[in-house]
Amino acid sequence: MADRGVPELVAAARGGELRATARLLTLVERGGDPADRVAEATHRHVGNAHVIGLTGPPGSGKSTLTAAWTTQLAADGRRPAVLAVDPSSPLTGGAILGDRVRMAGATAAGVFIRSMATRGHAGGLALAVPGMVRVLDIAGFDPVIVETVGVGQVEVDVTAATDTAVVVVTPGMGDAVQANKAGLLEVADLFAVNKSDRPDAADVRRDLELMLDLSKLTGHGRHDAVARPTIVSTVATTGRGVAELAEAVDAHFVELTDAGLLEARRQVRRRAEVRSHLEHLVLTASAAAVEMAFAAASRADLPDEPPGATARRLAERLLGDPGS
Amino acid sequence: MADAPPVRVVLAKLGLDGHDRGLKVVARMLRDGGMEVVYLGLRQTTRSIIDAVEQEDADVVGISMLNAGHLTLGPLVVDALADAGLDVPVVIGGIVPDEDRPTLAAAGVAGVLGPGSPADEVVACVRAAAARRGL
Repeated sequence: MADRGVPELVAAARGGELRATARLLTLVERGGDPADRVAEATHRHVGNAHVIGLTGPPGSGKSTLTAAWTTQLAADGRRPAVLAVDPSSPLTGGAILGDRVRMAGATAAGVFIRSMATRGHAGGLALAVPGMVRVLDIAGFDPVIVETVGVGQVEVDVTAATDTAVVVVTPGMGDAVQANKAGLLEVADLFAVNKSDRPDAADVRRDLELMLDLSKLTGHGRHDAVARPTIVSTVATTGRGVAELAEAVDAHFVELTDAGLLEARRQVRRRAEVRSHLEHLVLTASAAAVEMAFAAASRADLPDEPPGATARRLAERLLGDPGS
Repeated sequence: MADAPPVRVVLAKLGLDGHDRGLKVVARMLRDGGMEVVYLGLRQTTRSIIDAVEQEDADVVGISMLNAGHLTLGPLVVDALADAGLDVPVVIGGIVPDEDRPTLAAAGVAGVLGPGSPADEVVACVRAAAARRGL
């Protein structure tokens, strides 16, 4: 079975074979030619899944919330899949992917969960995630939830590049809410105030409302939003508010579709993907040239000039500027 | 992306064997050895391990056993994976008397790591097991 080609794997995945789906995810994650072949074989069949991004600070209860939510979806007869992204160690490239610890109940309920490490290079995530979502889509999963730790721009971008972006916040974050305003909170279509059984949960809600008021005032929200983001209070550990979250997410999908914005968002996503691939191709192609130019320059003594000036001369030579 | 892809390892403890410190140490050793550890933790079943291996497309399964259940549960996991059609090697860590090692090897257990195994040995053992998957 290890020798099955991409077309056979795609056919098997579409027929509901989990192992084929898992193998395709691996191929996409590793990148290169096999990933391109998977993209070729899947891109015509996609578009059936509601793609949801879920992000929030470490410890906000994303995995527990996702587990409770997807367990309920599975009980309702849906086929949810979760792509859980955790950071790789920048030093060793290894990673500990711990989402399944909190999602044991969801696994037992039949939810498909795939853990994924960011694997170092920032561009990799932006390349791999859309491809992996496509695989889950053609395998018949719906919704597909992409869960990331909301700490970096790439993770925020990945969340934004979905049909519905859910941002999880918790009481006690205090200044974190303020600090994150410009990044994380701006992409949200929907907020889940998790751990809302804590005494200061009302403050978080008020802070969010205030932020949304200000966004309205300045006109600086998501330009492709259908409505002011809904705020749902949840307690993932007891399941409180989880049904409301599920309803609000489904409602957002209907609103997007009715407003004609779903296709628009997906177009933006495809364009962003073209850009990610373009950047990756150009960077890969230029990396060797940069290495060579830098190696040559490293052998000589550094000239008495600012480092930027040295780099500019090297770059001009590389890019073949006749003026230098 | 030209580098070899990281080895993906599922780590778990079965049933009521409730001490996971060793497993956490091993998780860290494997991470620092450049591997991706899908950590399942305590109270797992053969079913939950099979589900994880299948969905994560894992290359190796690592089970920690400190309750002398290895002769029963080790072969059970190996057989359960084989019955599910998953060709994935199983490594056992924990308290395993030397005289039990041949029995486990005969049952298809790919490697045994005792207490105090240094990080290099842990990583090498898992890497050797992963070689069966072409990694």
